[in-house]
Amino acid sequence: MNESPHPDFLWRTPEPRRAYDVVIVGGGGHGLATAYYLAKNHGITDVAVLERGWLAGGNMARNTTIIRSNYLWDESAAIYEHALKLWEGLAEELDYDLLFSQRGVLNLAHSPADVREGMRRVNANLLNGIDAEWLDADEVRKFCPIVNTSPDVRHPVLGATLQRRAGIAKHDRVAWAYARAADRLGVDLIQGCEVTGFDIVGGRVRGVRTNLGRIGAHRVALAAAGHTSVLAARAGIRLPLQSHPLQALVSELLEPVLDCVVMSNAVHVYVSQAHKGELVMGAGIDAYNSYGQRGSFHVIERQMSAALELFPIFARARVLRTWAGIVDVSPDASPIIGLTPVENLFINAGWGTGGFKATPGSGWVYADTIANGRPHPLAEPFALDRFTTGALIDEHGAAAVAH
Amino acid sequence: MLLIDCPWCGPRDEIEFRYGGQAGVAYPEDPAAVTDEEWAEYLFMRDNPKGWFHERWFHAAGCRTWFTVRRHTVTHEIKPGGPDGATDPGGGRDAPDRRTRFRRGRA
Repeated sequence: MNESPHPDFLWRTPEPRRAYDVVIVGGGGHGLATAYYLAKNHGITDVAVLERGWLAGGNMARNTTIIRSNYLWDESAAIYEHALKLWEGLAEELDYDLLFSQRGVLNLAHSPADVREGMRRVNANLLNGIDAEWLDADEVRKFCPIVNTSPDVRHPVLGATLQRRAGIAKHDRVAWAYARAADRLGVDLIQGCEVTGFDIVGGRVRGVRTNLGRIGAHRVALAAAGHTSVLAARAGIRLPLQSHPLQALVSELLEPVLDCVVMSNAVHVYVSQAHKGELVMGAGIDAYNSYGQRGSFHVIERQMSAALELFPIFARARVLRTWAGIVDVSPDASPIIGLTPVENLFINAGWGTGGFKATPGSGWVYADTIANGRPHPLAEPFALDRFTTGALIDEHGAAAVAH
Repeated sequence: MLLIDCPWCGPRDEIEFRYGGQAGVAYPEDPAAVTDEEWAEYLFMRDNPKGWFHERWFHAAGCRTWFTVRRHTVTHEIKPGGPDGATDPGGGRDAPDRRTRFRRGRA
């Protein structure tokens, strides 16, 4: 890499103005991407992103950076594939190395039911124009030699789906690149600014109240992940979301040993090796509701036992640190994007355990939804009213982490 | 890991329990009569507070009792039962607190 010396600051630190056209609540990946696409695609630059902590310090700093689009249903495939196509050109567009690496993602099958589900998903993906392959156990071993494909284990590997265009990226760099690009287009990124309430007059949002004072807004867009329920309640909106801890961990730095991403639904573990060398592993969610950004140890313990059965070579790797993010889980494991009962108040939430991979696509369709006051066609099926109409998009299978 | 106070068995590790979510969600008395909105409210809408939360736990690897606790969703502190005077919010049978008698019997 031939990068010039890194500048001290990638964006300004402005004081909030008294009013904006659009206020985005939440300065994580989705909020920053939304601000960037509002400015770039729609010419809307009178925008503030309000972040109660520091930029990208929530789930954007806590995910396992996996990117893929091999979801089962047409609606999900369309939005995640839109995101993946944006990922493929994002480093050039934002002029920033995102360490985006299309190293392939395996989703292992451990039972005949897993095999049928995996094959079905491969076929569904191919029909949607998404690259997908089915590997038998022997092919899994050739693709990823350190996976234990012995039949004599508790959860034998019977095969796997493979999406070669899937992979990982460096989460911090993604946030920094979007923040820098949005800032250059005139967006105000305001950290340490917590939204404590909404000004709603005649069913229409007029602004937000914050610890830095009132900020007027023609349009307000929530992008607050695990805290969306708390914010929405302040606007009088009830959502079908539950906030849970989702834990992950890294090992100490190791020599390169794993050059793809391996996920397993049945044993609740997913593993990749970051560029720097640490093994990055994620678990399933903790069962209980929490905003505490930490989970229970037995979840990590079970995740490790599963990982060690799949990768006996990791037995002596030491855990460097564990952490949790707070994920907002919807009943059908699909996001909620679009309008709300409050006019000009928009929602983008419910990404649960899979928000990082969607970052560019989510920001793209959300910006379009905000700019035009109607759902982007890719967002339309993810409207809040699907829980009343019954038109759910059940992605519990492809979401890959137990909800 | 949470240490959960089962009303029958006393404090036990979280791994013995299954989570039941928000307490007090009653099945509609006449499910055929509810509107789509009311049915959605029953099926999908749950409180998600940052703070104290009334929730159900099931002692799956113990006495298999369902019970309600109050838990703080930031500190994870747990206090027994529902609000004073509340009936069982889950519509099922909550075990009365029999720990004193149980322990005395064992001793």
